[in-house]
Amino acid sequence: MSTYRIQGATGEWEVVIGLEVHAQVTSKAKLFSGAATAFGAEPNTQVSLVDAAMPGMLPVPNRECIRQAVRTGMAIDAQINKWSRFDRKNYFYADLPQGYQISQLYHPLVGEGHLDVSPDEKNPEATKRIGVERIHVEQDAGKLMHDQHPTMSYVDLNRSGVALMEIVSKPDMRSPAEAGAYVRKLRSILRYVGSCDGNMEEGSMRADVNVSVRKPGDEFGTRTETKNVNSVRFVMQVIEYEANRQVDVIESGGTVDQETRLFDPDTGTTRTMRSKEDAHDYRYFPDPDLLPLELDDAFLHDCRESLPELPDAKRHRYENELGLSAYNAGQLTADVDVYQRYEAILGATADKTGKPEKDVATQVANWVLSVAPGVKNATEDADEANDTTVANAGIIALQAAGTVGGGQAKEIYEIVLKTGREPDEIAETEGLKQTSDTGAIEAVIDEVLANNADKVEEYRGGKDKLFGFFVGQTMKAMKGKGNPAIVNEILKTKLG
Amino acid sequence: MTNLTELGVAAIRDGVAAGDFTAVEVAEAFNANVAAASALNAFIVATPEAAVDAAKAVDAKRAAGQPLGKMGGVPIGMKDLFATTGVQTTAASHMLEGFKPQYESTVSQKLWDAGAGMLGKLNLDQFAMGSSNETSFFGNVISPWRRKDGGNAALAPGGSSGGSSAAISARLCPAATGTDTGGSIRQPAAFTGITGIKPTYGRCSRWGVVAFASSLDQAGPMARDTRDCAIMLEAMAGFDPKDSTSLDMPVPEWEAGLNPDMKGKKIGIPREYRMDGMDEDVAKSWDDGIAWMKAAGAEIVDISLPHTKYALPAYYIIAPAEASSNLARYDGVRYGLRDLPEGAGLQDMYAATRAEGFGAEVKRRIMIGTYVLSAGFYDAYYNQAQKIRTLIAQDFAKAFEQCDVILAPTCPTAAFALGEKMSDPLAMYLNDVFAVPASLAGLPAMSVPAGVNREGLPLGLQIIGKAFDEQGVLNAGLAIENAAGFTATPEKWW
Repeated sequence: MSTYRIQGATGEWEVVIGLEVHAQVTSKAKLFSGAATAFGAEPNTQVSLVDAAMPGMLPVPNRECIRQAVRTGMAIDAQINKWSRFDRKNYFYADLPQGYQISQLYHPLVGEGHLDVSPDEKNPEATKRIGVERIHVEQDAGKLMHDQHPTMSYVDLNRSGVALMEIVSKPDMRSPAEAGAYVRKLRSILRYVGSCDGNMEEGSMRADVNVSVRKPGDEFGTRTETKNVNSVRFVMQVIEYEANRQVDVIESGGTVDQETRLFDPDTGTTRTMRSKEDAHDYRYFPDPDLLPLELDDAFLHDCRESLPELPDAKRHRYENELGLSAYNAGQLTADVDVYQRYEAILGATADKTGKPEKDVATQVANWVLSVAPGVKNATEDADEANDTTVANAGIIALQAAGTVGGGQAKEIYEIVLKTGREPDEIAETEGLKQTSDTGAIEAVIDEVLANNADKVEEYRGGKDKLFGFFVGQTMKAMKGKGNPAIVNEILKTKLG
Repeated sequence: MTNLTELGVAAIRDGVAAGDFTAVEVAEAFNANVAAASALNAFIVATPEAAVDAAKAVDAKRAAGQPLGKMGGVPIGMKDLFATTGVQTTAASHMLEGFKPQYESTVSQKLWDAGAGMLGKLNLDQFAMGSSNETSFFGNVISPWRRKDGGNAALAPGGSSGGSSAAISARLCPAATGTDTGGSIRQPAAFTGITGIKPTYGRCSRWGVVAFASSLDQAGPMARDTRDCAIMLEAMAGFDPKDSTSLDMPVPEWEAGLNPDMKGKKIGIPREYRMDGMDEDVAKSWDDGIAWMKAAGAEIVDISLPHTKYALPAYYIIAPAEASSNLARYDGVRYGLRDLPEGAGLQDMYAATRAEGFGAEVKRRIMIGTYVLSAGFYDAYYNQAQKIRTLIAQDFAKAFEQCDVILAPTCPTAAFALGEKMSDPLAMYLNDVFAVPASLAGLPAMSVPAGVNREGLPLGLQIIGKAFDEQGVLNAGLAIENAAGFTATPEKWW
C-alpha cells in the first residue's frame, strides 16, 4: 500500500485520522417518541409533545432504533453490550428543546468492532483494517431557520429526537484515500443492513473529521475536529487541507490548537468554530427518566438472524462461486442497488438460458457494470421503467445463444429503454440478428480473400496481424451480422 | 343534614353510591369552602365548574345504574404540578404562568376516570422545591393551624405539597394529590394532621407531572385517613407505557386488604433516627407509636440504618443535579415566559427569561446541580452521592431482613412559622432528614397523625415499608391511626 505523506520543509509528515460518523437510523418513529421521521416534511409537522420538551413529558425508547443499531454493530463484528445506558449531554441551544441531548457517554450500546476497507478501488483485495471504538445511539437536534424573518430565527423541530447512531472510529486512518474508503464502506454496510439510508446530501449521514499530524513514529499530535462534513469528497478535502495547514503551523513555529472547526465547501478550507477554552462543559450524567437498556438473548438472536449477506462475504462468494474477477466482484458488491440489480438479472438470465448462474455470471457482470450503463448514458430519452430485469436478461440470453452480437445487443437495449418493447421481438423485427449460417459466411469470406489476394500472401508470409483485417472486411461485407466466432473459425481454416 | 365537607373519601363515595346525597351537593359544598378560604391561599386556580361537571356525570351514571368508580363523586384538589388539559399548570412558577397544557397527566386522568372531580389547582413550592410552601410565585400557603400560645403567627403548611395539606386540613377538599421527591407528601401531612403516602417509586406514572428530580419524584394521595389514602392510591397507581420508569405490576386492592392487626409483625425502630437534642414532643410521640404497636400485637425490633447521616447531603446533590437538567427546557423558546429585551440575542433571552421566571430557591438548586455535575466535580459529588444512595438502599434491605416495616417520626419538629427558616436554607433542608432516606431508596412511606405537641400542633409518625409493600405500610398506618385516635382540627379563623 502506498504511503501518504505531507512533504514539509522539515521532512515528511504522517497524517492521523479518526472519524465520528453520525448516521440517521432508518425508523418510522423517533428515538424516544412516536413522531414520524420523513425527510422534507413541512416545518414542525413531525413533532410530538416529547420532542418539543413540554413540561412533564418523558422519553420511551423505540425498540426498532435499538434493533437497527445492534444489527449495525453486528455487521462490523462489534461487541454488543447487553447492558447499556443513556446519558444526558446538557447544553443550551434553540434547536435543543430539552436543554440536553439524550446520548450514551459512559455505557454505549455497541463496543469495539472493525471494518476492512479498500483504499484503492482498482485493487479491492488490498484491504486495511480500521478499528471502530464504539457505536452509541442519541437524539438529533432540530434545525434553525434564519431566512424566515428579518430579525428573528425560527426553529423546525421535525428532526428533533430523530435517532442517530454515532459510529466512532479509532485513529487508524493515515490518508484521505483511507478515510474516503472507510466512509464508503461504512455507508455500504449501513445500506446493506438497512439501518441507515446513507444519504449524505439529505444529512442522514455526516462525519466529524479528526485530524492530526506527526513525524512518522512520533506520538500523536494535537488534533482538530471538523464538524458535519457531508460527502466523501469533502471528508477527503478536509483531511488534505487540515493536514497541510497543521504542518504549516508547526513548521512556522506555532502549535496546533485543539479546537472545533467548520468546513467551507466553496473554498475547500476549514476555519475555527470554537476553541478548547470555549468548549462546553456538557455535564453528562445518566438520564434518570430512563432505565438501563438490557438486551435479552432472544432479541440479539433476532438481530443476528435478520442480517443479510454483507459486502465482504458477498464479494468473496462472487469471486469463489461465480468466478468473477476481484475488480468486478468489488464493484458489484460496493452498493446495495448494484448488487440487487446484478443478482436479479443474473437469476433471470440463468433461467432464460437454462445455464447455471456461474456460466453466465461474468457476462452479466460485464453487462451490468459497463455495457448497460454505457448505453443508458448515451440514450437521452430512456425511460427507467423500461429497464426491467426481464428485458436485460432477455438481451443477455440472446447474446449468450449467439443470436445477436455485442453491437446488436446494445442496439436492442437502446430500443428497449426508449420503447419498452420485448428484446426477442426487436431482434426479429429490426433485423438485429447475426447470421451463423456457415455456408453464407463462407461465401462472403471467399469473396473477401479473392479481392485481397495480396494481403493473403502477406499473411501467409508471417504478417499475423492481418487476421483482424480479414475479420473486419468480412463483418463489413455482412453488415456486422456475422457471428464472430464462426467468422473467425472459417477464416482460420481458409487462411491455413 | 350531614355536613358534607366533614366527610372523607370513603364516606363520600359510599354516600353518593347509596343515594344519601348527590355528588353535585358534595361538589358544591366543597366549592363553597374553597371560595371562602382565599386567606389560606391553598389554591392557585379554583375550578368549581369542573367539580360540578364531574359530579353531574357521576350522578347521571348513578341514575343510569352504572358503576361510579373507585372515587365516584369525590371532589379533590390537584397539586399544580400535574398537567391538566386546558387548565393553567404552573408548578407555582412565574415561568409557567398562564401555561395551559393540551394534555392531561396520567395520574389526573386516572382519577377523573375513577369518578373524581377537580376543585382546583393547589399551590405548592415552586417546582416542588421547598419544605414550607414559601417558594411559590403565587404566594405562601398559610396553614389553617395556629399555636395555642395566643400568638397568631402564620404557620407553614409544610412543603412542597403545602396547598394540598392546608386544603385537606381546612376541609376545602377531602383529598388531594401530592408529589414526594424528598418528603413533599409526608412532611406537609405531618404538619397539618392529615395522612399521606408516597408509594414505591414507579407505582404512579410521572407522565404529565412537571419534573423536579426524575429518579425521586413520586405522586401519591393525601387525605384525612389511611383508608382514604388506600382508595385514592388504587385510583392513581398503575403501569404506564409512557413512563419508562413505571412499574409493570398489577395494582393491589389496598382498601380491601386493610388490616390493623399487628400480631406477628415486626416493627423496626432505627436507632440512627433518635438524634441528639431531639424535640421532646416528637420523641414522645415516637415512643407512643412504639407502645401502640406493641399493644396491637407487634414485636418491636431495634434496627440500624448506618448511612442515615449521609442521606441528606446525598439527596441535596442528586435532586439538584437532576433538577438543573430537567429545568433546562424552560428557556423561553416554545412556551411559558419569554423575556426578550430589545436587541437581545439567544443567550440574552435565556438569561433574561430564566432570571425573571425562576424564584430564588429554584435558582439556588439549579446552581448547586450545575456545580455538582461540572467537569472536575462530578466524581467528587454526583458519583459519591450515587454510591451513598446505593448504601442507603442496602441499609434498608438489611433492615427489612429483621422487620416488616419501620417506624420513625416524619419530621424533627412540628410546623414552624412562615419566615422562620427562609433565611437559612440548611435549617430548612434539615426538615427532610427523616423523609429523604426512603425517597433515595424508592420505598413506600407514609405519614399518619399521631397527636399534638404542647403547642397543640399536629405531629406525624412515619412508616417505611419494603418496596411494593404499600399494603404493609397502610396496615401499620391504620394501626397507629386507630390507637392515636387523632381528632384535633384547626380552629377556623379564615
